[in-house]
Amino acid sequence: MKLYIKYDGIVACRVILQEQLERLEIKHKLLDLGEIEISDSVSDECFAELQAALNRYSIFIVNNEKSQLIQKIKDTIVEMIYQNDKLPAITISQYLSEKLNFSYGYLTNIFSENTYSSIENFIIIQKIERAKKLIIEDQLTLTEVSYKLNYSSVAYLSSQFKKVTGLTPSAFKRIVDKRRSLSNNNL
Amino acid sequence: MISHKDSMRILIADDDEDDRAFFSDAMMELKMNNELTLFNDGKELMDYLANPDIILPHLLFLDLNMPRKSGFECLKEIRSDLRFKEVSIAIYSTSSSEKDIEETFVEGANIYINKPNDFSKLKKVVKEVLNINWQFHSSGLNRETFFFSI
Repeated sequence: MKLYIKYDGIVACRVILQEQLERLEIKHKLLDLGEIEISDSVSDECFAELQAALNRYSIFIVNNEKSQLIQKIKDTIVEMIYQNDKLPAITISQYLSEKLNFSYGYLTNIFSENTYSSIENFIIIQKIERAKKLIIEDQLTLTEVSYKLNYSSVAYLSSQFKKVTGLTPSAFKRIVDKRRSLSNNNL
Repeated sequence: MISHKDSMRILIADDDEDDRAFFSDAMMELKMNNELTLFNDGKELMDYLANPDIILPHLLFLDLNMPRKSGFECLKEIRSDLRFKEVSIAIYSTSSSEKDIEETFVEGANIYINKPNDFSKLKKVVKEVLNINWQFHSSGLNRETFFFSI
C-alpha cells in the first residue's frame, strides 16, 4: 500500500519546536517567523541538546544577526506564498519592509550580498515550488493555480515555470507520475 | 544544510580529458567558493563513493556516455542507496531529446544539461546550475520535485 500525504511545513515545524522545547523543559514562547523567545536562561548543556534534537529535523538555530535577518526575509516570503487563500494584492516588497521594519533597498542589498540570489529570484523560485505542490496535488487546474499565485495569466505561469525548471508543467507532472508508478512497482 | 555562501562540494565523472578540463575551467572562472574533485570514469567515481568515510558532495556531474560504467548506470546505483539521498545529480550529454531528458529525471537525476560546445555558453550553464543547486540546498526545496533542464 502506498499513501500520499499533504502537509503544511510551517505547522509541522511549530509542532516539532513545541515538542522539543517542552521535552527539555525550556520555558518559551513561539513567535512568528521562526523566532522563539526563551524566558529563563538555558544551560550550555541543555542548549546543545536542543540544537542536536532540532538538527535531526533539519532545523537549525541561527546565531548571527545578518543570517537571522536573511532567514526572516526567506520565512516572510515563504509564509506569504503559502497563505491558504489567494496571494494578497500588496507587493512583496511592501509586505517585506512593513513586516521587518527595514527599507526594501536595505533588505535587497543584504540579501544579495550574503546569498547567491536576489530577493526577486528567491520569490520566483518559491512561487514555482508552491506551483509544483499544487500541480502534484492535482486538485486545481493550471489556470486556478496561476490565479491562486497571482500570475496575470496561465501563459505567464507556464513561462516562469519553464524558466525555473526547464520543463513545461505537463512534462513535470508526467515525470512525477512516472516516478511514482516506478516506485510503486518496486514495492 | 548549506548556509549562506558556504562552499559547495562538487564531483565530476567524465572519461574525456578535454571535457573534464572544459567543465573544471568553467567552474573555476566563476566567483563561487567550490571544492571540485575529478574522476576519470563512472567506475572510479563509484569506487570512491563506496567508501563510507567520505564527506558527501552536494552535487555530482555525470557524463551520460562513459566506458566501464555509464552515467546512467551510476545514477541508478546512487539513487538506490539512501546514503546519497541529499546529493543532487546533474547528467550531461549532447542529446537534447525530450525522451532522454525525461527518462533521466524519472530515474532520479535532478539536473539535465544539454552540453554546449562553446566555452562561454558552458560557463553560463554551469553558473545557472550551481545557482539553482545552491538554492535547493540552502532554501529547503523539495528533493522529490527538484528538476532543472538546461
